[in-house]
Amino acid sequence: MTTKNSDILEQIKTAALVGRGGAGFPVYMKWKRMKEVENKKKYVVCNASEGEPDVKKDHYLLDHYPETVVKGMVIALDFLGQKEAYFNINAHYFAEFEEKLKKAIEPYEKKGYIFHFFIEKPSYIGGDSGAILNAIEGKRTQPRAKHPSPSILGIFGNPTLVHNVETLYNIARVAEGSFSNTRLYTIGGKVKNPGVFELPDTFTVEEVLRKTNNYSSFPFFAQVGGGASGVVINEEQMKTDTAFGCASIQVYDSETTTRELLLQWFKFYERESCGKCTPCREGTYQLYEMIKKTETIPWKNILAIVDVLKTTTFCALGSSLPIPVESYIKNILKVDRDTLIN
Amino acid sequence: MQKSVTIFINDTPLVCLENESVLKVAIDNKIEIPHFCYHEDLDIEANCRTCLVQNAETKKITTSCDLRAKEGLKVVTKSPILEKLRKKNMELLLLNHTKGCPKCAKGYFCKVKEKIEEFKLDTLQYKKIKTDYPVHKLGTAAELDPNICISCNNCVKICEKIGIHFLHLEGQGAHSHIEHSQDPLVDCVYCGQCTAHCPVGAAREQSHLQKVEEVLKDKTKTVIVQMAPSVRASIGEEFGGKPGQDVTGQMYTALRLLGFDKIFDVNMGADITTTVEAEELIDRIKNKGVLPMFTSCCPAWVKFVEFYHPEFIPNLTTSRSPQIHSGTAYKTWWAEKEKIDPKKIVIVSIMPCTSKKYEASHEKFKVNGMDPVDYVLTTRETAVLLKKNNIDPLKLSPSKVDHFGEYSGAAAIYGASGGVMESALRTAVKLATGDDLKKLEFEGVRGMKGIKKTTVKIGLLNLKIAVVSTPKNARVILGELKKDPKAYDYVEFMACPGGCIGGGGQPIPTTDRIVKERIAGLYSIDTHMKMRQAHENPVVKDFFEYVKKLPHEKQHELLHTSYSKRNKFE
Ligand code: FES
Repeated sequence: MTTKNSDILEQIKTAALVGRGGAGFPVYMKWKRMKEVENKKKYVVCNASEGEPDVKKDHYLLDHYPETVVKGMVIALDFLGQKEAYFNINAHYFAEFEEKLKKAIEPYEKKGYIFHFFIEKPSYIGGDSGAILNAIEGKRTQPRAKHPSPSILGIFGNPTLVHNVETLYNIARVAEGSFSNTRLYTIGGKVKNPGVFELPDTFTVEEVLRKTNNYSSFPFFAQVGGGASGVVINEEQMKTDTAFGCASIQVYDSETTTRELLLQWFKFYERESCGKCTPCREGTYQLYEMIKKTETIPWKNILAIVDVLKTTTFCALGSSLPIPVESYIKNILKVDRDTLIN
Repeated sequence: MQKSVTIFINDTPLVCLENESVLKVAIDNKIEIPHFCYHEDLDIEANCRTCLVQNAETKKITTSCDLRAKEGLKVVTKSPILEKLRKKNMELLLLNHTKGCPKCAKGYFCKVKEKIEEFKLDTLQYKKIKTDYPVHKLGTAAELDPNICISCNNCVKICEKIGIHFLHLEGQGAHSHIEHSQDPLVDCVYCGQCTAHCPVGAAREQSHLQKVEEVLKDKTKTVIVQMAPSVRASIGEEFGGKPGQDVTGQMYTALRLLGFDKIFDVNMGADITTTVEAEELIDRIKNKGVLPMFTSCCPAWVKFVEFYHPEFIPNLTTSRSPQIHSGTAYKTWWAEKEKIDPKKIVIVSIMPCTSKKYEASHEKFKVNGMDPVDYVLTTRETAVLLKKNNIDPLKLSPSKVDHFGEYSGAAAIYGASGGVMESALRTAVKLATGDDLKKLEFEGVRGMKGIKKTTVKIGLLNLKIAVVSTPKNARVILGELKKDPKAYDYVEFMACPGGCIGGGGQPIPTTDRIVKERIAGLYSIDTHMKMRQAHENPVVKDFFEYVKKLPHEKQHELLHTSYSKRNKFE
């Protein structure tokens, strides 16, 4: 790698790179912190968990640009003066891309870099950085307390830099000088031309849909930023909103019923809850049970549980369930929650 | 030095250490915040989400157990939104508890039931999920009920902390529950620490309560109760008393009120054990027997040796344990003396321990075909029994133990780690040298440390001794002995942190801080006694007179026992 350490950090800062896992944390800050912690051993983790439904961008990158992703990991390792990295990889992805990835790491292995593959049972919580570390250490796949962060106390107590696949891809592109403030949009649902598209990150949702020939003629709405935790917005909002989080856009026909949507979300959360904290563990199960057999939606009971999920869960995954539910009520049903309860 | 800071809970200024858990500060200041998963000796997991507080300024709602005290922090424990969220989380947390909890079903006192009533929780609105897991028996000591487990992980952590690693959580989401190890090389030692750290009775003792209640009604039986050393310094906590508060005399009165016919004491048995063990120690030293000698009065420790390290079986003293000694004495010597048919005697022990239930069920202790101890109640079960009968020992005036239950101060300290050693040393010095000790206290064996090492002079002999609690620390000492078999001459081992006083059958919560206070209570009982050495106990002397007249084999049967290698779940 020819780029000098201080250069790459400056370049990342100038490019204003942010994490593409969903949280959007500035990469520059993470790197700076990682560099400053004193510890002989530090790890880099490529997070290829992609446990949220309707998001396919990591899949796309591992398929088409495995070398660039690996290069991003090596740049990070060099920056930290380290040689050892992990892939936290969804078992399906591993089965699919094992060969490509092994080919991509081969030249670096010859130079003494070490890559471990941690093959993860595909799960939503598996994307949480604390959960990744726990899983790699052989513990239960459950989130960790926010402090200390992985960059202070990561795998086996060593500082660990966890980056999403797309972030690493971007890092390599920044180093190559080919990064142009684009991002990967996963478009799905009731559209003509689903797929993963690379477009400017300043595009509004409507622009993205039109540009990719996916803007429907029938009335529709969309869930943006993840098929589970994404925000639900209407056509009006698509004119001004850019894509959030992991930039997936899932299109729904306006005929879709409330029950269909809730069932789909609740079922997902119920299945994916790691079981650590009460509101998520028991709450999501109860939500799914409540809606499973009924045609009328028991809003009062649902919202009571949505409320505890919103404010009292241990990690951000549990507290994300209210996002689709509440945005759907507000933007699509366009009603006050009190009217629903009464 | 850690900085002190002032925080405000409900506007009350409280001085505490910087970064201390806000929940801990609240508990210390008797400010009520419901909590289930927090335990001050274990890593904070913050998974029950009931200990909610609200920041008075930002209005942000957080859990208080993992909230750190900072100068000027202001929180409130009550607000309409807070109470609503807390109540909902408690309902979700305890939703498996309304039906199916065997304790609740029998109307037993239960902390969960109390909370359900106190907060008017409606847990019936929910669908139960964990309903068909089998209850797993931990020998004849305790049991695990996955159906009412709240996945707080405390039992897992304490089991790891003491070094056994028998438990883990299994299943995802709402299916998450407690499970035990299938590894053939890992087994439970029945110490019951999981039961003392379970906030909801999912890990619990195997109850003997009903049987004791039945036998108390049976007029054809002479029902003897004997209380272990530790119980008197801890059961008060169940009634709002301080840890370490000595309620010996009040407990005797309470037990009489419950209808027991004779109030004896495991302490009497402890004096027998001390004497037998001290004699054996001297004998092993004199006649070049196997050394070091290990204590064996902790059945969980014995199970640990028999399962994990049978190669050390010859090191265990063959002396029976206190409850078995006194039980044996009452069903033989005392029964003869009182002309009572021993088959009509029922002996109930009150112990701070779950493994004592397991011990009492051993065939090998049978004397003339009878179990020396019929039933064992934990400290907690005893509190339930008293509460069911509306007896609060703290409100009673003290009374005395019946004559044949009398004991020395050396027995009183048996409950603390190091106590058995100290009692045995007091007597061993007398037996070996004939001299009376000027100072009875052996400070080197006292205190909460998991491994204590010291040398003690007995006559011309320098005895190398160690006092150990928890299997984890036991492994360290056994490791040392594998390298140097002469590293020690006499070692006391207990499974529970702090000894029996921190036992698995003790009141909840049991924490290191509380255990320390209870220990102080035990030593103070000893200091205040006139008779402080086991061999001075006239009751014990009388019993030994009786034993001496028996044929040699019978003598051995009454005083000693044997050990054998054990398999998993035995
Ligand atoms: S006691 Fe704080 S979350 Fe359980």
